[in-house]
Amino acid sequence: MKNCLVVDDSRVIRKVACRILQDLKFDTAEAEDGIAALQSCRQRMPQLILLDWNMPNMNGIEFLKTLRKERNGQQPVVVFCTTENDVSHITEALSAGANEYIMKPFDREIIEAKLAEVGLM
Amino acid sequence: MTPDDFSFLAQMVRRRAGLVLTEKKLHLIESRLSTVMRRFGFRSTDALVKELRHGRETLARAVTEVLTTNESSFFRDRAAFEAFRERVLPRLIEARAETKRLRIWSAACAAGQEAYSIAMLLDDLKLQAQGWSIDLIATDLSAEMIARSEEGLYSHFEVQRGLAIRRLVAHFSQEGGSWRIHENLRRMVSFHQFNLLDSYGWLDDLDAVFCRNVLIYFDQKTKASVLDKIAEMLTPDGALVLGNSEAVTGLSTAFVPVDRAPNTYAKTKTIAQRLAS
Ligand SMILES: C[S@@+](CC[C@H](N)C(=O)[O-])C[C@H]1O[C@@H](n2cnc3c(N)ncnc32)[C@H](O)[C@@H]1O
Repeated sequence: MKNCLVVDDSRVIRKVACRILQDLKFDTAEAEDGIAALQSCRQRMPQLILLDWNMPNMNGIEFLKTLRKERNGQQPVVVFCTTENDVSHITEALSAGANEYIMKPFDREIIEAKLAEVGLM
Repeated sequence: MTPDDFSFLAQMVRRRAGLVLTEKKLHLIESRLSTVMRRFGFRSTDALVKELRHGRETLARAVTEVLTTNESSFFRDRAAFEAFRERVLPRLIEARAETKRLRIWSAACAAGQEAYSIAMLLDDLKLQAQGWSIDLIATDLSAEMIARSEEGLYSHFEVQRGLAIRRLVAHFSQEGGSWRIHENLRRMVSFHQFNLLDSYGWLDDLDAVFCRNVLIYFDQKTKASVLDKIAEMLTPDGALVLGNSEAVTGLSTAFVPVDRAPNTYAKTKTIAQRLAS
């Protein structure tokens, strides 16, 4: 089974995203900020990370930059999922190593379409 | 709606656009009609159909358009577009190396997503910079869809279905919550209102035809005649791309499926083999 770590400081968003991903046959785990996400990745690296931008402690872009420097193991596919919907944020995310980018609000169809883009559907 | 009115309506849209209405979809049909009723100030479908029976052209046209399904997305059925990019397009470019001319038709383009998807693939290849002349023609029955295509403005949801984020930032500019296709792609496509039941004389010498997710709404006879007309307009080594749930079987003998290219057809076995290689 494919697995996904959903990183978002909103419990509601995590729940909605997890439900959609579970429907799409993903095993899901959750983290509420970048620090928790890093810990989770160091324990078990997921295949996919759905990543919010604005979070306390460590935000999405800092997390991503740290993650992409990690040497050991496979690098996961990272899909941003954020309300930061402007081109400069998108470009910054892509150059930091994001594979795809979802602009909130999202729905099931968008998640499916974006997973197809990264070859996970 | 009375059965009589329904059958009048069904005959009208079949004659005008080849579309088959079934009573199973009555609910959907009535809800779509309600927008025309509001626009033209009718209180009931009775009154609307009565007026249609008097042969009001503008009204008949609006009713026909509103009964079409305009759903689409960028790179819809991605495998077909991948095959077009990886197999069909390279072969066509090889074959046209002398004339440096490509003519492609998106036959029922809805809000333009299909045509602009093709335009993006062509833009990747930078053919125009190498002296190629590209005719990308896109048509639809619906005047409203043609206007939307020309506008080239897509919602937050539309640009997130089928479009890779890199393509979005490369080819669109943000306008509030919407995204507008860049002028260079916009200028690659010429949009026209056109009914697939009409004569295709002006669409000669086509190298590729995308006729997708529109045949499904037609009756058998219309499907067959559209396919035959396309075959006439397609160059001998050209390709036809249909929608995911469409096929030529039992409708036309003019086309051979291309292996390893989903929904793609050629006019002869030899060409089909070449495109599949
Ligand atoms: C479901 S959309 C398909 C759009 C696109 N080709 C795709 O595959 O996503 C069908 C389109 O066919 C158009 N259409 C229906 N009947 C037509 C006709 N007789 N001539 C031309 N277009 C027609 C409708 O207006 C609608 O935009």
